[in-house]
Amino acid sequence: MSFSDSPTLEVKDLKTYFFTKGGIARAVDGVSFSVGRGKVLGLVGESGSGKTVTGFSILGLVDEPGRVVSGEILYRGENLVSASMGRMRELRGLNISMIFQDPMMTLNPVLRIDTQMIEAIQAHEKISKDDARQRARDVLGQVGIASPDERLRAYPHQFSGGMRQRVAIAIALLNKPDLIVADEPTTALDVTIQGQILYEVQKLCSQTGTALIWITHDLSVVAGLADDICVMYAGRIVEQGSVNSVLDNPRHPYTHGLISSVPSRNRRGVPLAQIPGMAPSLLKLPKGCSFGPRCPQVTADCGIIPNISMLDKGRQLRCHNPLDALVSPKLKD
Amino acid sequence: MTIIENNPELMAEDRNDEENYEGAQTPLRRFLSDFCEARLAVFGFFIILVIALVAIMAPFIAPTDPYNLATVSILDSRLEPGEAMMSGTIAYLGTDGAGRDMVSAMIYGLRISLGVGIGSGIIAMLIGISFGLLSAYAGGKIDSVFMRIVDIQLSFPAILVALVLLVTLGKGVDKTIIALVVVQWAYYARTIRGTALVERRREYIESAVCLGLSKNRIMFRHLLPNCLAPMIVVGTMQIAHAISLEATLSFLGLGMPQTEPSLGRLISNGFEYILSGKYWISVYPGIALLITIVSINLVGDRLRDVLNPRLQK
Amino acid sequence: MQSALVVVIMSFIVFSGVFLVGDPVEILVSDDADQEEREMMIKSMGLDKPFLVQYGIFISKAIRGDLGDSFVFQEPALLLILDRMPATMELAVVALLIAIIFGIPLGVWAGLKPESLASKSIMTGSILGFSLPTFWVGIMMILLFAVLLGWLPSTGRGDVQIILGMPISVFSWDGFSHVLMPAVNLALFKLSMVIRLARAGTREVMHQDYIKFARAKGLKESRIILVHVLKNILIPVVTVLGLEFGGLVAFSVVTETVFAWPGMGKLLIDSIGLLDRPIIVAYLMIIVFLFVFINLVVDICYSILDPRVRLEDIKS
Repeated sequence: MSFSDSPTLEVKDLKTYFFTKGGIARAVDGVSFSVGRGKVLGLVGESGSGKTVTGFSILGLVDEPGRVVSGEILYRGENLVSASMGRMRELRGLNISMIFQDPMMTLNPVLRIDTQMIEAIQAHEKISKDDARQRARDVLGQVGIASPDERLRAYPHQFSGGMRQRVAIAIALLNKPDLIVADEPTTALDVTIQGQILYEVQKLCSQTGTALIWITHDLSVVAGLADDICVMYAGRIVEQGSVNSVLDNPRHPYTHGLISSVPSRNRRGVPLAQIPGMAPSLLKLPKGCSFGPRCPQVTADCGIIPNISMLDKGRQLRCHNPLDALVSPKLKD
Repeated sequence: MTIIENNPELMAEDRNDEENYEGAQTPLRRFLSDFCEARLAVFGFFIILVIALVAIMAPFIAPTDPYNLATVSILDSRLEPGEAMMSGTIAYLGTDGAGRDMVSAMIYGLRISLGVGIGSGIIAMLIGISFGLLSAYAGGKIDSVFMRIVDIQLSFPAILVALVLLVTLGKGVDKTIIALVVVQWAYYARTIRGTALVERRREYIESAVCLGLSKNRIMFRHLLPNCLAPMIVVGTMQIAHAISLEATLSFLGLGMPQTEPSLGRLISNGFEYILSGKYWISVYPGIALLITIVSINLVGDRLRDVLNPRLQK
Repeated sequence: MQSALVVVIMSFIVFSGVFLVGDPVEILVSDDADQEEREMMIKSMGLDKPFLVQYGIFISKAIRGDLGDSFVFQEPALLLILDRMPATMELAVVALLIAIIFGIPLGVWAGLKPESLASKSIMTGSILGFSLPTFWVGIMMILLFAVLLGWLPSTGRGDVQIILGMPISVFSWDGFSHVLMPAVNLALFKLSMVIRLARAGTREVMHQDYIKFARAKGLKESRIILVHVLKNILIPVVTVLGLEFGGLVAFSVVTETVFAWPGMGKLLIDSIGLLDRPIIVAYLMIIVFLFVFINLVVDICYSILDPRVRLEDIKS
């Protein structure tokens, strides 16, 4: 894993479980990664893989009946897991921001945009309303919203989905955080808008040195945006490494399956490649490797959870029977 | 050979999933266990049972017959609780202004209050369900006009509507029931129409239509059973409300006649004696009324929490 | 507009209802008028004319404010009612304020900690609040506070001061002590409803994404509750309250009877007992009018509070 100096965020063996009436759901089951200054990490997985919960765990926003059970989340050396609620509140919005998935529900429908932006600034520093407003204007301009003054006085329902998400991104940038966790922010948007937003976010992060964790299920998004990638399945990271090496040369059968099933990869006339079966319920995970039941390479060894094996150049893998290097096709033709 | 066949564990898991779903409880059992989590509601339910029993068994358990003008004597009036009446029976809760034993008057009054409340509730429910379902099923203009009527009626306070009706109709059990029905039916109609509209769009109705079933059959055999859950909640609360309304009307002097006093009438009879300290004539019937209504509402409230899909975790 | 239509329709219904059920002569003529007087009344009011004409006469008189004279008081019914209106309004307004000032905080608190003991007791209390028949609670209150404890006067209204041209009693201690029990009594039902509404609204809002997002911005919890949550639940609460205000005025009929409060409601009940029909008709007409007016006001308030309902829209 490449990082410059000490990483902005280091997650070590994080475990977040949900204690429900139906049993314990191990949403995040031993996840480790780190993100360096100005770097983009793509966190990829299907629904139910635990990627969103990972994001919430970092911000301390995991709701009942879930909680972080063990592990460390080191933000610039400070362990967030053991931080007090007051300390977390200080960090949130100021040093660590989050962008949510659904822009419709993220903004409070009965409050104006400027109210919601100004309060985000005033929660962390003593600043006059006018100065806060000025900063909000500037940031709105940065995310590409024209005539920001008008927009500030408007209500969320008066915006389109793309605009709302830009506002949400603007709010995340307001206090110049060191780390932004973005949870599928472009999933609900048109592909064209998605492209614009991706471009702008990338530009902003490289300009300001902000570290970015981009959570998504869409590999094509990650391919163009991220420096490093973690592939999650059923609460564990099954493969991670720099984006080029993982996508060009996937070693884990799941990663390989994901890449192959991207529609553009498939040729006309040939049946669409897919990974058979369904992701398991987090309440009833299979014994051993969670991917085993669906894996074309499964063997008897897979009855035990594979440990993380370190490959060269920062690649990590959780697999008993990894694919051979250079066997699988590249993502980018 | 497919992956599934290659991996027999996968198939076994599917089967396990079905069996283990929600601990293999039938919906009825789950409903009962959810309901019983609130001990207060269960308590309320038992109280209701007791009250219903008392009301039904009234002629057998009341110490005296408070309507028998031959045995009721003015000389017995306003006795304190615990004193003996002329006939030798002890009036445990005192007597009222006309000389009736409070315990007996209350038991019979309970019977009337319950009877009128539940009776009017059931009739209103039947009328409301019929109209509501029809309206929801018909849709379109009929539905809008109908709902307008319902809305207008509902926007008027029940008590005024009932007042006006009773002023014009006069006193009597049947007239009271009519007034109560008129006040309540719209609420049932609106509730069931709302539910029916939602259910109407579901696939099972579509498939019933595709199968060519008759409108009546679809409405009553398919649509209605699925709309019943909110109706049960509404019904419970409405009956409590009807009982309360009838008591209020009787208190104001309308509704039930003096010869068949409901609990409300008993309370109003006792009102004039409050300031002179003869509290028992109003207080005890009031407590009986209270216990009845509160129990019904406790049960209804719990039902609503349990049957509400949105609040289920 | 729609509202005007409703008023017209209601007046028609009331009039025809009264007409059909009772002899129209009976309505406007005192019971102990003799035959000759009756004939005179019939002729002078055109009661021998067909129904629609009579209705027309009724309406034309009504518009001019003439709803007939009370038998008992021998004065115009309309004026008698209007005379009593401030008393009823005062009672209703105080009751509404009690319901809001106590109901919303209690409901929000119960919604924030739904499993706590305090919350459960508040909810059980609210069930009691709307189950107990108002008139009985009133009687109990008189028994307890006036007869047994002697703290508060049992009946009637306190001294009245003229404020802004209207007689208001609540600002003097005497007036306040008189209005307290009836207002609390009247408010009880609404208070329970407000508590339940506020609680349900709070629980629903707290689960929304925008609350989580507000936390992600690092806002203080108190701000989140006071600004984000409150504004969202105020909309349904205010709507219901507005509509229910009419209900308060109507239900004051009971409270006024129990506490001998000299308002419109007591007048109505007395009139029913005395068969003073012009007052009954006049009361109904006024109530209908009041309701339509209130509905209108609530609609306006709703659009002010909920920006989503407003008409202008900026498309991006």
